Amino acid sequence: METSSSSSSSSSSCMKWSCENGYQPHVLAVDDNLVDRKLVEKLLKNSSCKVTTAENGVSALEFLGLLDEHNQHTNFERSNEWQQRSKVNMIITDYCMPGMSGYELLKKIKRSSKMKEVPVVVVSSENVPTRINKCLEEGAEMFMLKPLKQSDVVKLKCQFMN
Amino acid sequence: MEDVIHLQTQFLRYKVSLFKEGYLNDQFKEIENLEDESNPKFVEEVVTIFFEDSHRLINELAKALEQKCIDFKKVDAYVHQLKGSSSSIGANKVQMACIAFRNYCHDMNIQGCLKCLQHVKEEFALVKNKLETLFKVEKEFLEANASNPICNK
Repeated sequence: METSSSSSSSSSSCMKWSCENGYQPHVLAVDDNLVDRKLVEKLLKNSSCKVTTAENGVSALEFLGLLDEHNQHTNFERSNEWQQRSKVNMIITDYCMPGMSGYELLKKIKRSSKMKEVPVVVVSSENVPTRINKCLEEGAEMFMLKPLKQSDVVKLKCQFMN
Repeated sequence: MEDVIHLQTQFLRYKVSLFKEGYLNDQFKEIENLEDESNPKFVEEVVTIFFEDSHRLINELAKALEQKCIDFKKVDAYVHQLKGSSSSIGANKVQMACIAFRNYCHDMNIQGCLKCLQHVKEEFALVKNKLETLFKVEKEFLEANASNPICNK
């Protein structure tokens, strides 16, 4: 199946390969900002990703089935819903969020048995080295500055979603 | 035929002026680049979300600054949101106004915050007006072009 790629960067060859094989990675994007959620969704869709957005850490954990530890050991696992959740290929989260921060969400994901292998990318509008370091130390695959560009997402797809 | 060219020139000139005068920055071009056939109204949709969300945040800021005992952390959180969304769509002057606003929040300077709120309100009203005009001028050109095509979009 031909998929037109609007990106003409050097990463486009890897993106075309993914598209031609019908591979559509599923990304969970977490951000409390409505404008940013709309943007990240479009950026990901433009890179042929399936997108689920969440507006806070708790909703994200709920979607991933990590909110209640007991849920992970019931028949719930066999349901379609859990199947869908277990196929999240990447999580992109904003750092600064009210309530649970992106860092706290990252910790919960990386310390869970079910989701710790899923790459997590933390994004922030602020370039704070201590913040970046602690996210990387906690297992974030990457830390990126907002606003994200199409080239950033293409890079993420090639590096973590193949 | 000349009308269409005139409308196109008007649209392009107006857009260039918004960048030159600092109302918009390169991030707006990134947003435009995201638009495609699958979602031909994407720019307008995002900008509309920005208008509605900013309107809400400005109201919340006004309320928060009216309180007897001002919660500066709360005020800062709202400004941070507004700074984020204005930065994400390239609304340059609003973003700059928010940066100044946050400094006054950190200093817990009430008068400074009130002045900044006023400034943010003004810059938001300006960029809203400019963008609405931009969309209107673009629509006029596109409609004229549709009935008398001189170029393909």
